[in-house]
Amino acid sequence: MNKIFEVPLYAYERSPDQDASSPARHKVIVIGAGPIGLAAAIDLAQQGIEVVVLDDNDKVSFGSRAVCYAKRPLEILDRLGCGQPMVDKGVEWNLGKVFFDDRQVYDFNLLPEDGHQRPAFINLQQYYFEEYLVNRVRELQEAGAPIEIRGRNKVEAIGTHADHVKLEVETPEGSYTVEADWLIACDGAGSPVRSMLGLDFVGRVFEDNFLIADVIMDAGFPTERWFWFDPPFNRGQSALLHKQPDNVWRIDLQLGWDIDKEREKRPENVIPRLKAMLGEDVQFELEWVSIYTFQCRRMEKFRHGRVLFAGDAAHQVSPFGARGANSGLQDTDNLIWKLKLVMEGKAPESLLDSYDMERIHGADENILNSSRSTDFITPKSEMSRVLRDAVLDLSEQYEFARPLVNSGRLSVPCTYDGSPLNSADALLDGPARTRPGSPCLDAPLGDGFLLPKLGDKFILLTIDADAPDLIEEEGIEVTRLALSVKDDPTMELKRRYLGDNDSAVYLIRPDQHVAARRATFDETQFRHAIRRATGKE
Amino acid sequence: MSDLTLTPNIAGADDFYAELLAAHEGLDKSASDALNARLVLVLANHIGDRAVLSKALKAAAFKE
Repeated sequence: MNKIFEVPLYAYERSPDQDASSPARHKVIVIGAGPIGLAAAIDLAQQGIEVVVLDDNDKVSFGSRAVCYAKRPLEILDRLGCGQPMVDKGVEWNLGKVFFDDRQVYDFNLLPEDGHQRPAFINLQQYYFEEYLVNRVRELQEAGAPIEIRGRNKVEAIGTHADHVKLEVETPEGSYTVEADWLIACDGAGSPVRSMLGLDFVGRVFEDNFLIADVIMDAGFPTERWFWFDPPFNRGQSALLHKQPDNVWRIDLQLGWDIDKEREKRPENVIPRLKAMLGEDVQFELEWVSIYTFQCRRMEKFRHGRVLFAGDAAHQVSPFGARGANSGLQDTDNLIWKLKLVMEGKAPESLLDSYDMERIHGADENILNSSRSTDFITPKSEMSRVLRDAVLDLSEQYEFARPLVNSGRLSVPCTYDGSPLNSADALLDGPARTRPGSPCLDAPLGDGFLLPKLGDKFILLTIDADAPDLIEEEGIEVTRLALSVKDDPTMELKRRYLGDNDSAVYLIRPDQHVAARRATFDETQFRHAIRRATGKE
Repeated sequence: MSDLTLTPNIAGADDFYAELLAAHEGLDKSASDALNARLVLVLANHIGDRAVLSKALKAAAFKE
């Protein structure tokens, strides 16, 4: 085998920093070259901010790991220049089937809404995702962007100061000291940075083990998500089958708490389990096997002075609902534009506290949803199981019980209701889905789509409304995007942004979230909105 | 005379289910059974309509 995850993608190379007489100082150092760290670095580099990524490894992730990517993260990846390869390679799916005991109880169709460039979900192995991110880093480097990945650079110690961070880094050729104005820790659920800084990570441990296997087979299973509660081949437990590209199938089998992990992972024990599930005659090859347990927990704060935590390092959820990698991408999407404005002196440092506030709101939403899914999948009391089984029994005959079946509430983007960056909604009876705090909804615009026209900077979106082409407010430039409902013959733009109004003006943040909206342009009000959205009011 | 509703009718179904589980938390099986019994009677009284209640009994027993 010569799989992508076996090839060093960012092999160790000696850096001039290792020979510097006094420690080099970088603008930003990102720790961890996983999906979230790379997304953070690409976002920074695209905007011209110098960044160095340190990783203790030199390869992409081993095994499929995070496999399910939702629409909003794909839209974020479009802004980062790597959405297309994800969608090209990924497997799109909308259909799901739910089984209970020995029978199918119902099926569902996610019925994606029309008028979005990106699908509701794709499945893709995490190693492909990381490879596309590394490709994007290389592309930026060729274009002269200030971005660097240092493989086999392991951070051993961190010193935090008022205006910088100092790191001791271990390499195959010894250690060196390096400094950064800002540090972004994306070093995963076991975050060594978090431990080195002695920071908390509290939450709930779920006493369960799941066997995950990537299986290569030319099976006739359709591209659907199949979920089993208490099937004959895994009594009292659950199972999941999901398709990935390259005829790789992801299988999750719940094993319970009291097991011998090393024993369960051995192929001679895994293969009979898989045969019982797939059928004795199905030919398959095991690509990867792992056993995981999980917790739902988060840090009390994601910002600690000049150190910012993102992704699993900041919050951990159960895998049901695909809320891990998907929420991590929303973290860096939220963080990077704020950091950029602070670094450029265009916003107060306190703007970064809104990262804490907004993304803790997101993390809590994810933890709540994934904990509930876990409680449904693995009932923790006898009555909990009785009720769960009643829901499943009823779901076979009665539609009403189906919304109660919870095998994972799939990741949806977070609306930052109550954020101090929002201005009060001033669009009377405006659509709720685009209220201040919401991520902008995509809409078709003739040959293209709305979202690619938004992002990276503040935009004043006018729909059948007048406004200046450029507003400058204390160093923040806001560029107008002038549209008309006539630009979209399907009328989705009107439905999603105007409702019954004849016109609307939206202030849109660099992360494509709505900061303010009104029916018409009012200079005083929008100047206030810009100040609020940048932490100045 | 209204029909028995068997299509989704609870806004925020996940919130409801979490509240239902929370009501049982910490109870032993017999206390949980008793809670369920009381809940059935409270809900039945709220519905009131005898025809609907008969239909509900049949639906729950899969005798429809």
